[in-house]
Amino acid sequence: MKYKVNEKGYYGDFGGAYIPEMLYPNVEELRQNYLQIIADVDFQKEFHQLMKDYVGRPSPLYLAKRLSERYGANIFLKREDLNHTGAHKINNTIGQILLAEKLGKKRIIAETGAGQHGVATATVCALRNLECVIYMGEVDIERQAPNVARMKMLGAKVVSASSGSKTLKDATNEAMRDWINNPVDTHYIIGSVVGPHPYPDMVAIFQSIISEETKKQLLAQTGSDQPDYVLACVGGGSNAMGMFYHFMDDENVKLIAVEAAGKGVSSGFSAATTYLGKEGVLHGSRSILMQTADGQVVEPHSVSAGLDYPGIGPQHAHLFKTGRGQYVSITDEESLDAGLLLTQLEGIIPAIESAHALAYLEKMEFKKGENVVVCLSGRGDKDLDTYIKYFNL
Amino acid sequence: MNRIKQLFQEKKNILSIYYTAGYPNIGDTVQIAEALEKSGADMLEIGFPYSDPVADGPVIQASSKRSLDQGMTLKVLFEQLKDLRKNVTIPVLLMGYVNPVLQFGVENFCKACAEVGVDGCIVPDLPMVEYEEFYKGCFEEHNLSNVFLITPQTADERIHKIDGLTNGFIYLLSSSATTGKNLEVGDTTETYFSRIKDMNLKNPTMIGFGISDRKTFDKACTYANGAIIGTAFVKAIANGNIEENVSQFMQAFKS
Repeated sequence: MKYKVNEKGYYGDFGGAYIPEMLYPNVEELRQNYLQIIADVDFQKEFHQLMKDYVGRPSPLYLAKRLSERYGANIFLKREDLNHTGAHKINNTIGQILLAEKLGKKRIIAETGAGQHGVATATVCALRNLECVIYMGEVDIERQAPNVARMKMLGAKVVSASSGSKTLKDATNEAMRDWINNPVDTHYIIGSVVGPHPYPDMVAIFQSIISEETKKQLLAQTGSDQPDYVLACVGGGSNAMGMFYHFMDDENVKLIAVEAAGKGVSSGFSAATTYLGKEGVLHGSRSILMQTADGQVVEPHSVSAGLDYPGIGPQHAHLFKTGRGQYVSITDEESLDAGLLLTQLEGIIPAIESAHALAYLEKMEFKKGENVVVCLSGRGDKDLDTYIKYFNL
Repeated sequence: MNRIKQLFQEKKNILSIYYTAGYPNIGDTVQIAEALEKSGADMLEIGFPYSDPVADGPVIQASSKRSLDQGMTLKVLFEQLKDLRKNVTIPVLLMGYVNPVLQFGVENFCKACAEVGVDGCIVPDLPMVEYEEFYKGCFEEHNLSNVFLITPQTADERIHKIDGLTNGFIYLLSSSATTGKNLEVGDTTETYFSRIKDMNLKNPTMIGFGISDRKTFDKACTYANGAIIGTAFVKAIANGNIEENVSQFMQAFKS
């Protein structure tokens, strides 16, 4: 339990709830109720039923043979890309929509970067017949047009965030403002392990189904539930936290979190938070973020909209600072190359986010027989335009 | 004695004006303070800008962005405020978000405030528990008041706790909203204001968010010790001569 949240909402030096008073009642209502609601037998039954019949879980743990040959180790892919809506994001939105219903909320808001979390939120709102408003940066609306169309088709209202860098960070600001102005009937479904306590913990709990399944699947396939390495990409860090969750206390399992270096960590166009960032407060929690000496948030860059975020969740900051997790980064080009490689070796087109985790395999050295799990957090359908442009397809 | 305390002992219907430091031009900060005192403002809240101001509406966000683009930082601001007390005698508070304060260093921040003659701070995203544990000692050592916000949704118990923790005034938000919305005093707002009034808090109260003109100011003063105007003032000084704009805006509040 040494890496989990404490009773004050902190992970070591990180976490807390740095929110204006206008948000306090909402966040406090959640804090007081989330553990009890999630632990409830009926809630668990409904959550797992939907995970099975609607999302299509458990997602397979696939031993990628040709990839394994290339790297000289057993490379397992946790296939979150096969989930309904195409990514791990749905695990969290199913959990939070059920929770919002228990709290009597009538209206759902969310922020989205690549649009995956927006689609996952619009999907569960359609499923449960709740009003849905999605905030998305103006730039992202342009570069992720198919996801915008999906959200609209699902009945959501998509609101353009036109302040600041017009990307994920600004969409998050706008969603927080909406919540301030609608304090009673609205639930804010944050899509990553960021935000004020209890969000990072709540989202991690819903995403922890990824590592819960992985452990069982590994045991069945290899005879041990302890792999040598677990890899995942990190923007805010929700798929990584889900992938790490049940391995955190298994100290012999090495956890590798892959950030987006963008055009290179020193290029000025990067989202490698642990490399470029310092401790501070962003979006309601104390964590590590990219900022100026004056404490102004720096605009990040990544080819992958889902990793284009200037911070990481507080639990990641804790894993980084304690050395429990190894935080590395991969450039735009390396990730796109890794995406093509997986496509050609295994017939799987990965999301560019997930391709960052795959790309790091190229930089590792394995001993024969080592078991490596990579979280394939999403599928690449949404990224075809980027792949097409980069490879002149 | 702290200038804020003294003001509330001596005066009723206090008018406090918020503006963003370094807006419309980076060098305007002290000139605006002087013009406001000359035109009859009782207290000032100078905003230090932040890139991600979630509690603010579009007007104050835009002013913050412009100020940052022109090079405003806390360091620059404290440099500018060295001249503040040459001509400004009314209480002055700094208002902004916690991250710039953290990066400046809490101790350095408090020290710099005291040196230039700032009387208090409003940091909306600084949680009460953190303040109590890590900031309070330093604030008190430098004779700084820390002002907390309350909304119609804030429970009585929490209001009493805030009342015990602060020593300047309590900032009463007219509704749960970002800055720049209009005050509509309906039955629920009236019930809320009356509820606070009947709690007989040890600290005075100021109503903010949604106060834009004489009418809303007067209304707010029937429930509290005064009111704060921000967005409407920031709009009024966007273009043109500072002194003329300030004096014209303040004309409506001459009794």
